[in-house]
Amino acid sequence: MRGDDAMTSNRGTPLVEMRDISIAFGGIKAVDHVSVDLYPGEVVGLLGHNGAGKSTLIKCLSGAYHADSGEILINGQKVNISNPRDARALNIETIYQTLALADNLDAASNLFLGRELVTPLGFVDDSQMEAETRKIMGRLNPNFRKFKEPVSALSGGQRQSVAIARAVYFNAKILIMDEPTAALGPHETQMVSELIQELKRQGLGIFLIEHDIHNVMKLCDRAVVMKNGQRVGTVNVNEVTDDDILGMIIMGKKPPQAV
Amino acid sequence: MSEVATHTPPPQSRRNLFETLGIDTRLLGMVIAFILICTVFYFVTDGRFLSPRNIFNLTIQTVSVAIMATGMVFIIVMRHIDLSVGALLALCSAVMGLMQVWILPQVMGLPLGSVAITPLAIIAGLLTGALIGAFNGWLVGYQQIPAFIVTLGGLLIWRNVGWYMTSGQTLGPLDPTFLKLGGSEGTLGATLSWIVGGLGAVAAILAQFQARKSKARHGFAVKPIWAEITMSVIFVGAILGFVGILNSYDIPTARLQRMFEARGEVMPEGYTEGFGMPISVLMLIVLTIVMTVVARKTRFGRYIFAAGGNPDAAELSGINTRLLTVKVFALMGFLCALSAIVAQARLQNHTNDIGTLDELRVIAAAVIGGTALSGGIGTIYGALLGALIMQSLQSGMAMVGVDSPFQNIVVGLVLVVAVWIDIQYRKRSGALK
Repeated sequence: MRGDDAMTSNRGTPLVEMRDISIAFGGIKAVDHVSVDLYPGEVVGLLGHNGAGKSTLIKCLSGAYHADSGEILINGQKVNISNPRDARALNIETIYQTLALADNLDAASNLFLGRELVTPLGFVDDSQMEAETRKIMGRLNPNFRKFKEPVSALSGGQRQSVAIARAVYFNAKILIMDEPTAALGPHETQMVSELIQELKRQGLGIFLIEHDIHNVMKLCDRAVVMKNGQRVGTVNVNEVTDDDILGMIIMGKKPPQAV
Repeated sequence: MSEVATHTPPPQSRRNLFETLGIDTRLLGMVIAFILICTVFYFVTDGRFLSPRNIFNLTIQTVSVAIMATGMVFIIVMRHIDLSVGALLALCSAVMGLMQVWILPQVMGLPLGSVAITPLAIIAGLLTGALIGAFNGWLVGYQQIPAFIVTLGGLLIWRNVGWYMTSGQTLGPLDPTFLKLGGSEGTLGATLSWIVGGLGAVAAILAQFQARKSKARHGFAVKPIWAEITMSVIFVGAILGFVGILNSYDIPTARLQRMFEARGEVMPEGYTEGFGMPISVLMLIVLTIVMTVVARKTRFGRYIFAAGGNPDAAELSGINTRLLTVKVFALMGFLCALSAIVAQARLQNHTNDIGTLDELRVIAAAVIGGTALSGGIGTIYGALLGALIMQSLQSGMAMVGVDSPFQNIVVGLVLVVAVWIDIQYRKRSGALK
C-alpha cells in the first residue's frame, strides 16, 4: 500500500494528528506526552498492556475525555473535542470495547441513538430508522434478523455488528475500534477483518486497539506501542517481526527501525 | 458476523393469538389481574363494587396518584427515585391555597370569585413544582448526589416549608372554578362525555391505521386486517363502555334541584342527569396519552430509556444525560403540582397532611405496573393500571370492611408478589439475564 519511505512521510496532511497529549487522573499520568498520527486509508494499531494508556489516549479523540495538554489536528486543522458530539461532528466514530449499546433498546434505536431520524412533526421515525437499519445490516451482516428485539437478546457477534453499523452508517472518516474482535468467534473475527480491509479501501483512517499480535500483523500498517502511559515507539508493521513488537510491549525495548 | 451465519436460521416459532393481535402479554397479565380483583369484589359486595357510583368514585380517587405515577416511570427508568413527591404535592397545594385565599384576593385585591384566580393559582403551583423538581434534578445530575438522598431530604423539607407558609392552617374555601378540577364538582355531563368518547374512539382507530400505513410504506410485515379490526373493536368498546358507565351514574336529585334553583329554573318532575366524565379523569387520560407519546415517539423519551438502559452508552452517543436528569425531575415536579390541583380540589381545601405517603403509593403504582427499579424498562399505561389496581384493592377492602392494618398488609403483599411475577416473566422471556 505504502511506499518504502519513512513513516512520517510526505504523504500529505495526516487525517489525524495527536500532538503531545497528556492526561492525568488524580496524580496518575495515564497518558504522558504521547503523539500519534493517522493517514487516510491506513490502519494504525495501538498496543500495550492493560493500563498502558491506549484506551485513555483514544478517548481524548472520541470526546469521552478531555486531554490536560496537547493538541489534536484533523486534516491539519486544530480542533477542540470536548464531548462525544464534537467528535461525531468531525466524522470520528468509535466502536467501544463495551460496545456502548443500550441493552433495552432495539438495533435501530441504538444505531441512531443521539441522531434519530424524525418526522416533519419532530417525532422519532421508527419505521424509517428500521428501514435504514435493515439496509446497512443487509450489507454488514446479512443473517441479522432480530430487528424488533432489544439488543440484550442478541448474541455477541450480532451486538458487535450493531455497534459497527452505527459507526459505519454515518460516513465516518476516522474510525476508532477498541478490541473489536475480543468477544468474537473465529468466523465473526474473519468478517470484522474483511470489513476493516474494505473500509481501508474506501479511504477511512482506522485506529485499532488490539491485543492479538497476529491480528496486528495482519490488519495494521503501523503499530504504536505504549507502556505506562508513554509511547515506546512506532513501527511499520512489515519491517518488524512479532517478537520485535512483543519486546516493545513487554520490555519497552525499541527496535532500531522504530521512531 | 452472526452466529447463525454458518447454519440456517431456526424455523419461526408459531405466533400465538396475542402476538398476532399485537397485545403485550405483560399488559394482558395485568389486565387479567385487575379483572380478577374486580370480579372478586363484585361478588363479595353483592355487585356494589362495580356499580356506576363506585366506578365513578374509584376513577376520581385514582387520578392524583396516577398523574404522579406517569412521571415516576421516567424517574425510575433513568435509575433514579423520587421520595419527595408527596411532600412536593403538599407544598404546591399550599402555594395554590395561599394564592386563592390570601395573595390574590387580599394582597393583590382581586374580587372574590374573579375568573383570574384559578388560572393564576394554577400557574403559581405548576411553576413551584417544576422549579423545585428542576432543583432536585440539578442536585442529582450535576452535583452527583444520589436521587435517594436528595429526595429523602426533600421529603422532610418541602411539606414543612408548606407548613411554615401556611402556619399549619387549613386553607379554604377555595375558588369555585378551581373546585371543578377535583372530580364530582366538575363533570362534562352526559352529552359532552359521549362526544369526547366518540372523538377518542375515532382517534384510536385513526392512530392504529396510521401506524399500519407507516409500516406498509417501508414494506414491513403488518398485522392481518382482522387483527386490526379486532383491536379497534376492543378499543372502541372500552372507550364507549367507560363513558357509558360514567354517564349512567345519576346526579343525586337534591343536588340537581339546587342546580336548577341556581339557574332560577324549576326542575321537571322525574328529571335525571348523569354525571358524565369528570374533568380530572379526562385530564388523566389526556396526560397518559401525551406521556406515552413522549416516551415512545420523542427524542426526549428515547434518551430517557437509553440513559436508563446504559448511562455510559447514552453519554458516549452525545446525549447530555445531566441536563436530561434535570428535565425529568422538573417534569416530575410539574406533575406533582398537577396532582396537587386535583387532590386539593377533591378535598375542597388545603390541609398540611395532603398527599401524605403518596410517594410510596406512586412508586408502588409504577412498580406494580412493570417499571423495573434497575432502569430502562417501564410503561406509562402500566403505571396507570398499577395505580388503578392499588386503588381498587383499597377501596374494595374498605367496602367489605377489612380492618385498616390488614388492608395495608394486602397492598404490601400485592406489591412484592407483582414484582416477583414480573421478574419471573422477564427471566422466561429472556429480557433478564
